[in-house]
Amino acid sequence: MGIIGHIGRYFLLLRETFSRPERAGIFWRRTLEEMDLLGVQSLGIVALLSAFMGAVITIQTKTNIDSPLIQAWVVGFATRQSVILEFSPTVISLILAGKVGSNIAAEIGSMRVKEQIDALDIMGVNSAGYLILPKLAATILINPFLVMISMFLGIFGGWLAGVQAGVISSDDFILGIQTGFKPFHVTYALIKTVVFAFIITTISAYQGYFTRGGTREVGISSTRAVVYSNVVILLANLVLTRVLLL
Amino acid sequence: MIEVQGLSKRFGDNQVLTDISAVFEQGKVNQIIGMSGSGKSVLTKCMVGLHRPEEGRVLYNGRSFHDMNDEEKRQVRQRIGMLFQGSALFDSLTVLENVIFPLRMFGAMPKSEMEDRARECLKLVRIQDKDDLFPSQISGGMQKRVGIARAIAMEPKYLFCDEPNSGLDPQTAILIDDLIKELTEEYNTTTIVVTHDMNSVMETGENIIFIHQGRKWWQGSRQELLNSDNTELNEFIYAGSLMRQVKEAMSRRS
Ligand SMILES: Nc1ncnc2c1ncn2[C@@H]1O[C@H](COP(=O)(O)OP(=O)(O)O)[C@@H](O)[C@H]1O
Ligand SMILES: [Mg+2]
Repeated sequence: MGIIGHIGRYFLLLRETFSRPERAGIFWRRTLEEMDLLGVQSLGIVALLSAFMGAVITIQTKTNIDSPLIQAWVVGFATRQSVILEFSPTVISLILAGKVGSNIAAEIGSMRVKEQIDALDIMGVNSAGYLILPKLAATILINPFLVMISMFLGIFGGWLAGVQAGVISSDDFILGIQTGFKPFHVTYALIKTVVFAFIITTISAYQGYFTRGGTREVGISSTRAVVYSNVVILLANLVLTRVLLL
Repeated sequence: MIEVQGLSKRFGDNQVLTDISAVFEQGKVNQIIGMSGSGKSVLTKCMVGLHRPEEGRVLYNGRSFHDMNDEEKRQVRQRIGMLFQGSALFDSLTVLENVIFPLRMFGAMPKSEMEDRARECLKLVRIQDKDDLFPSQISGGMQKRVGIARAIAMEPKYLFCDEPNSGLDPQTAILIDDLIKELTEEYNTTTIVVTHDMNSVMETGENIIFIHQGRKWWQGSRQELLNSDNTELNEFIYAGSLMRQVKEAMSRRS
């Protein structure tokens, strides 16, 4: 199947996903389960990555702009901007595409090859809606929180590393992160996060849903889910940044 | 009763089924037999609407399935119970939850009643005290039986079983055959069993359809099966030594 065929089938799957939802009670229970699996269980990796990356960003910024002409607080300012605008929404989403995307594709893919999706269809359940919608709701609701936690920990990691390494004083760093703060940048980051969550979940679900064959193919779907999600996230990042920031 | 008329199905260049017509009777165990890869599973999946055939129709009590609107299809599907070749139990649900699943999605009964109904179905397939185990924690034979319990939870009028006893020890296989026969009689279902096990053909087959190279090669009863002179059918039936011995014993007697 060519790329056009895949895109067409992807949108048909989306339409199917949103048509004829299950009973609200069942939907919300499944969404909560998915929030735990896809969101809460990603907290550890997100926290770890953010703190360390924030630390490295601060130290690198300091070495890059080590000049008597530039005031000390700029390091704090630059750390905040990098973390909020790009690191937390985009890099964390790429990481989540790896973790959550492969999980979604593998789960739905193995349900496909084990005929569990056929079993749902036979019962008259809308399998696409039943399987995909709760995951989509879960990632769209919880990824913004993950990213906000990432922003906080990234900046905190930068502060800790900067002060510890003696590259910046605590006061300068705090002055820096307060300087020229635009709330819209957080909005921009969260809009990106929600769009990326949609991309990760739907592309990975698509890969899983149309798996054919056996366990080997489930592995292939899972890899494709990550690769395609990443590529589409990068494209969407560019488009959104042009539209929202310029 | 289910009637298949002129059904053909292909995947890409692979013509899997060609012009199949057959009647599956109510209250009987109708069997589809044939070598693996001959298209038996694809035929059943076309019948229940999981695959869309290029040509032909499937009639449920005289109404063409593929011409029904979504709501009508849903209603027919809720009357279909299906046991899949690999059981297809939901991994993340326990045995009891698997059987409750269709009731919870569509039934309108309170929770305790659903549980009672599910336990009743599990009892019918002789599974007890396994409620809280997950499918991966029970044997293949038990998984099949739980699959049957799930298939009958909604009191289906049409029961499809794809190789219900393949990969099982002979005793469990016979147990499952008997169970399917029992359920068919008790609920007067139109039962369709896909199998390549001659044992279960001789045990339970009432209306037998032999698929060869994607075509309906032969159809008849158990007695007719043994007296058939259809070459491919005979090759299929007498591939195992047990059936050859049966044949020899029969010819000695006559
Ligand atoms: N979803 C599918 N897509 C493409 N080909 C399929 C699909 N399902 C079955 N086939 C092909 O149809 C043929 C018959 O398969 P099947 O009905 O499973 O045989 P069996 O009689 O053993 O149940 C095989 O050649 C198989 O490769
Ligand atoms: Mg088969």
